[in-house]
Amino acid sequence: MNPPAVPEATVNEVVAGKTQDLLPNSGKLVKFGSKPVLLIRVNETEWRAYTGICTHLNCTVQFQAASQQIWCACHNGFYDLNGKVVSGPPPRPLEEFAVRVRGNDLVISRRG
Amino acid sequence: MATQLKTLKSRIGGWLEERLGLAAIIEFIAHKTVPVHSGTTWYLFGGITLFLFVIQVLTGILLLLYYRPTATEAFESVQFVVTRVQFGWLIRSIHSWSSNLMILTVFIHMFSVVFLRGYRRPRELTWLSGIALAGLALGFGFSGYLLPWNTISFFATKVGTDMAASVPWVGEALARFLRGGDDVGGATLTRFFGFHVAVLPGLTTVLLAIHLALVQRHGISSPPRVEEKYRQLGQQVPQMPFTPNFFLRELMAWYGALAVLGVLAALFPWELGEKADPFAAAPAGIRPEWYFLAPFYTLKLIPAHVFFVEGELLGIFGFGLLMVWWCLLPFWADNRQGRERTRLVTGAGVLMIAYYSTFSILGYFK
Repeated sequence: MNPPAVPEATVNEVVAGKTQDLLPNSGKLVKFGSKPVLLIRVNETEWRAYTGICTHLNCTVQFQAASQQIWCACHNGFYDLNGKVVSGPPPRPLEEFAVRVRGNDLVISRRG
Repeated sequence: MATQLKTLKSRIGGWLEERLGLAAIIEFIAHKTVPVHSGTTWYLFGGITLFLFVIQVLTGILLLLYYRPTATEAFESVQFVVTRVQFGWLIRSIHSWSSNLMILTVFIHMFSVVFLRGYRRPRELTWLSGIALAGLALGFGFSGYLLPWNTISFFATKVGTDMAASVPWVGEALARFLRGGDDVGGATLTRFFGFHVAVLPGLTTVLLAIHLALVQRHGISSPPRVEEKYRQLGQQVPQMPFTPNFFLRELMAWYGALAVLGVLAALFPWELGEKADPFAAAPAGIRPEWYFLAPFYTLKLIPAHVFFVEGELLGIFGFGLLMVWWCLLPFWADNRQGRERTRLVTGAGVLMIAYYSTFSILGYFK
C-alpha cells in the first residue's frame, strides 16, 4: 500500500521566461521540476524567486502587488520580499532561489 | 380459489420459515419498544442518518457509471455528468447535499446521545462504534471532496494531508500513504477514489452492522432523569411499539429529510468550480467543507511558534487530545464511586457545540 519511491530527474535550473514577460511589481508561478517557484519582479532591474509552497500547510503562495508581500490564501500567512514571515501561522521563511538574466532569458536555479 | 391461495401462501411461508427462521425475527421486532418521553424525537436522527447514507450509496453508484478517477479526466467526467447526462446535475447535487446533511445528522445524533445519556453502561461499545462511524463519515467527506478535482478540493486536500504529516514520528509516512507520493497529485486522486468507493463503504458496512446489533442487544436507553421520575412513581418508563408506531414516525422523518434534500439539491445545485491546477496559487477565500472549518480556523489563529513548539504541531496535538477525550466519554462520565458526572458531561457537550459552531462561523466569514 505504501507508494514506492519514484526517482525524479534532478532539476537545478529552469528558464522562467523572457525579462519583458513580467512587469515591475508583479509575480508569477513557474514550474521547477515538480514544484512551483514564485518569481517576482521587484523593480525594473531586480528579480527574486522563492519556493511557491507555504511553510505552514503546503498551499501554493502568490505575490500581492498592493502590499508588496507574498501571501498564502489558505491560512492568511504573509511573507516579505525577502521570504521572511511577516504575519500568520507559517513557521519558517520561504526557501530562496537564485535568479539571473542570461541574454533575454530569466534563469532560476537552486542556491548553493 | 381462495383456499388454494391460502395453502400456497402457507406453503411458501413454511418453506421460508424452515430456511430463514423468520418467525423469531418477526417476534423480536413485534416486541421491540422505544421509550416515550420529551426527548423521544431525538431518537429519529440515527435513522435519518442511515436513510441519507442509503441515498448516498444509490446516487454514488449512478455517479460511478461516468466518473473517471484520473487527474486528466476526473474534472471533465464530472463536468460531463452535470452538463450532458440527463438529470446528472441532480444526482450529483443530491449526492453532495445528502453527504453534508448526513454529517449534520451524525452530529445531532451524537450530541443527542450525550445529552440523553445514551452512552452509559452497558452501551459504551455502542458509543465507540458510533464515534468510529462518525469518523468514517468525515473520511467519506474528505475523500469525496477531492474527487471532482477542482481548485478548492485540491488545496483542501493539500492542507489536510499536510496536517497528517505534522503528526510526530509517523506523520511523514502517513501523509505519503494518503497522497500516494510526496505531493497531492493524480496518485492521490486514484487513492482517494479507492478509499471512497471501496475501503470506507466496506468498513462502514461492518461497523454499521455492529452498531445496529448493539442497539438491538441493549435496546434504546431512557435518560436517567426520566428513569428516576418513573422509579419514584413506582412505574416503568412508558414505551411505544417499534412497529408500527415508532417506525411510522421514522418514516415521516425520512419524508421530511427527503423534502429538505430535494429542495436543496434542486434549488442550489452543487457547484463544480474550476479544474485544479497544481501550479496555480491557492485562491482567495479558500476553505474546506463546513465540518472541517473549526479546526481550519483554529490553525489560522495559532501563532507560528508557541514557546519552542511549532503552532501547527500544537494544533494537531490539541485536536488529537480533544478527540481521544471525547471518544472516551463513557469512561470518564462516572466518578470513582460510580456516580454520574452529569454537569461535567453536559458542560463538555455544550462547550463542544459552542466551540465547533463559533469557530465554523468565524472560519466561514473571516
